[in-house]
Amino acid sequence: MAYSDKVLDHYENPRNVGTLDKNDPHVGTGMVGAPACGDVMKLQIKVNDSGIIEDAKFKTYGCGSAIASSSLVTEWLKGKSLDEAAQIKNSAIAEELALPPVKIHCSVLAEDAIKAAVADLKAKQTDKEVA
Amino acid sequence: MTQSITQNHFELFGLPAQFSIDLDKLNQQYRKVQSEVHPDRFAAASGAERLKSMQLATQANEAYQTLKHPTSRARYLLQLHGIDTQEDTNTAMPGDFLMLQMEWREAMEEATDARDIDALERLLAEMRKTGRQFQQDLQQQLDENRAFEEASGTVRKLSFIDKVQADVEQTISKLEDA
Repeated sequence: MAYSDKVLDHYENPRNVGTLDKNDPHVGTGMVGAPACGDVMKLQIKVNDSGIIEDAKFKTYGCGSAIASSSLVTEWLKGKSLDEAAQIKNSAIAEELALPPVKIHCSVLAEDAIKAAVADLKAKQTDKEVA
Repeated sequence: MTQSITQNHFELFGLPAQFSIDLDKLNQQYRKVQSEVHPDRFAAASGAERLKSMQLATQANEAYQTLKHPTSRARYLLQLHGIDTQEDTNTAMPGDFLMLQMEWREAMEEATDARDIDALERLLAEMRKTGRQFQQDLQQQLDENRAFEEASGTVRKLSFIDKVQADVEQTISKLEDA
């Protein structure tokens, strides 16, 4: 199957690969997996005191489309609020990368990873308020 | 032909619809059904009979492949109970399980870069052991407790392990050939 140029670009030069300190109260971690293809994706976001995402990192084991989807969203996430981040839709990712129908689930994985990272961060912040 | 295309895979081979199956009996029954419905035996039969034998031969093949492998057998059994294992859509897996997948993938990458076949074999053995554990869980969840939702989660995990295991096996054979 032919990958689009954008997928190839992200696959060959992935942006923001790496890890943030998951114990940092400003860092949210989302981990998701796709049983059908065995892909596993970890996405981390770091917010500043005004709640804006200032850094995002990912680590993905999977096919080119899964890597490109996570790489792309780390770029999109920077500068967004948590609510804006949670609104990123898999269809936008799939469209940007011109993913074929069989690879749509890779973009779903990225959307779910964002949601999981945002939820993790919100849970951390609520805990802090309670304490 | 006593077989019918409306029978489910277990019924077709006269096996109880459960996760634990007698693999010898499955093999035996498969060969028996295949010889009974083989299209060659219906060369002189009516068009309808020939068509039925062909459909049954195809179904027997599919049924055998499905029941032979633990993961697909469990998936099929859940389908019979009306449960979709959602392997394409459900990405929420337990955190510790995903962490283990991440660690395996990292270890696999390191061992591949170092061309360390022994390390890959050790990794494969660990994966097989974990897979066997999940198969035992499935036996309990499906046959004893009828905890189908729980079993559905185990199928998703097993599906992961099947994939990573196949990847390691492929890597090992590539390194061995090189």
